[in-house]
Amino acid sequence: MIELRNICRHFQMGDQQVRALDDVNVHIDSGEYVSIMGPSGSGKSTLLNVLGLLDRPTAGTYLLDGRETTSLDDEELAHTRARKIGFIFQSFHLIPRLTAFENVELPLVLAGVAPDVRRPRVQELLASLSLESRARHRPNELSGGQRQRVAIARAMVMQPAVLLADEPTGNLDHISGAEVLAAIEGLNAKGITLLVVTHDAEVSQRARRHIRMRDGRVVEDL
Amino acid sequence: MRFRDLIRLALDSALRARMRSIMLLLAMSIGVAAVIALTSLGEGARRYVANEFQALGTRMIIVIPGRSETGGVSPGMLAGETPRALTLSDALAVQRLPGVERVAPLVVGSAPASAGALEREAPVMGSSAELMPVHGFKLARGEFLPSGDLSRDTAVAVIGNNIARELFPGREAIGGNLRIADRRFRVIGVLADQGRMIGMDSQELVIVPVSAAQALFNTESLFRLLIQAQTRDDMNRVREATIEAIRLRHQGEEDVTVITQDALLSTFDRIFTALTLTLAGIASISLAVAGVLIMNVMLVSVSQRTSEVGLLKAIGATRSQITALFLTEAILLSVAGAISGLFVGLGVDWIVGHLYPSLPLSPPVWAVVMALVVAIISGVVFGLMPARRAARLDPVAALAGRR
Ligand SMILES: Nc1ncnc2c1ncn2[C@@H]1O[C@H](COP(=O)(O)OP(=O)(O)O)[C@@H](O)[C@H]1O
Ligand SMILES: [Mg+2]
Repeated sequence: MIELRNICRHFQMGDQQVRALDDVNVHIDSGEYVSIMGPSGSGKSTLLNVLGLLDRPTAGTYLLDGRETTSLDDEELAHTRARKIGFIFQSFHLIPRLTAFENVELPLVLAGVAPDVRRPRVQELLASLSLESRARHRPNELSGGQRQRVAIARAMVMQPAVLLADEPTGNLDHISGAEVLAAIEGLNAKGITLLVVTHDAEVSQRARRHIRMRDGRVVEDL
Repeated sequence: MRFRDLIRLALDSALRARMRSIMLLLAMSIGVAAVIALTSLGEGARRYVANEFQALGTRMIIVIPGRSETGGVSPGMLAGETPRALTLSDALAVQRLPGVERVAPLVVGSAPASAGALEREAPVMGSSAELMPVHGFKLARGEFLPSGDLSRDTAVAVIGNNIARELFPGREAIGGNLRIADRRFRVIGVLADQGRMIGMDSQELVIVPVSAAQALFNTESLFRLLIQAQTRDDMNRVREATIEAIRLRHQGEEDVTVITQDALLSTFDRIFTALTLTLAGIASISLAVAGVLIMNVMLVSVSQRTSEVGLLKAIGATRSQITALFLTEAILLSVAGAISGLFVGLGVDWIVGHLYPSLPLSPPVWAVVMALVVAIISGVVFGLMPARRAARLDPVAALAGRR
């Protein structure tokens, strides 16, 4: 499913080179549940961005579903992101002027799906995340947990193969965090590949596979 | 992305950023309204002048002493230089030409006019009874010059309103005695106020029989000869016959310029069309300013929505989709601004039309089309740069709110 070989991501900061990813080799199978831990600045987010095709590695090869991705152009990357990858961010990243429904609907709108196909799909997703009563609300009228569940619905609406979550519970209280984790674990149980970046050891323990990073390298993979 | 979704998303974003949208709308509508109102003014002035010429009588032909090489209207001719005499007998000869309805000779000058103890300098015009129908003079009261033999020197005068008021204060001018230089005249009529006629203020005019004016100014030569053709179709024939007749009378020398109303009218037409174009040009500057404003405001909008652009990229939006979203927003705003500007411009025309009914304003069609097209094009052109800047943002940096 995911195959990283000798992946490097270097940033040039003036005359200094920051090695955010330094020769990373990881193989992840379809349906795995992986947690990624490590100190701040160890390259967790950069790894997730490379996996999600938001960032291009400086060197190395990345095969997604057996297909080489480093040679794809912007257009092909966008299409691959749309169809295969769902993102969840610590800060939710909902569009404030759109309702919960419209936020969830957005990937379908961009993909040109017809309104009468979109509507039942969005409603079903919102219902599965206990958000049906919040559909017409804007993000500022929702709690943090509700916002993150809207973001999960948006990530899932295109039925991706991989769900990438960068500290999904970082901005949430314990109870909301548990709800959000339960929601994404439920998706993993149905077969989606799940990668969760976290600071929280308790969160990390729930995964079946644990990757630990330091200074841009994978130092532990259990 | 579907077209309706694109419009809906762009509209949504425009409506949410209310201040920004109102600003753009305002800038664009001021630009369009300026083009509409200013070109209406130029066009209105053109039509006003054209109407005045129509009122003068469309069948008028003017004979001016002196030859113009270009055949057009030169400033010297309008100023009335007289290189070679044009006489009353020329006028009588022209009168007999086929197709000629009437002929009115003109002699002009300035002389002291007095009634009793009151005296002032007055412009004096010598002509005949025919001047009234040929040139469209109207009377407030009394009579115009009597018809009859041009060479008979009847001592009567028709005077303008101001002359009547100043020389006959508080009493009826008609029947009064008017002294011009050393000659005495009886006032028989007062002119209606018609503004300027043949370049002279109709309120300030004294009109006397042509032979009296010739005696006053001690001249045989005419300032102008005004001819009225029987029909419009006769105009060219009369014009050519007049030139030929006067040439024969002037020892084969073609020493007059004959112009028709149409020639004058088309000269003014050209002048006012140029004026309208100039006004349109000046007003379009405000359209360009509106375009630059659109660009700046959209650039601010892009930087405010950086993380939104990052998110759009994360969920699979392509560069062209992001360009389309921002560009559509700019175009929607400029189109809305153009349309509201059109109505503001027409509203200004309507108000001016009510305040000055004699100057009915309506924009020329080309100006309306131009204003709308330029407005929309500037929305596209100036919206494109910010939209492309948004589309080119790096997704990771954009998500973090960095550019
Ligand atoms: N755009 C960038 N320019 C320069 N350095 C960067 C950039 N993005 C990340 N880095 C650096 O790369 C390293 C890894 O960052 P990151 O992946 O965000 O770490 P983490 O998510 O584990 O805290 C850090 O040292 C960070 O400063
Ligand atoms: Mg991070």
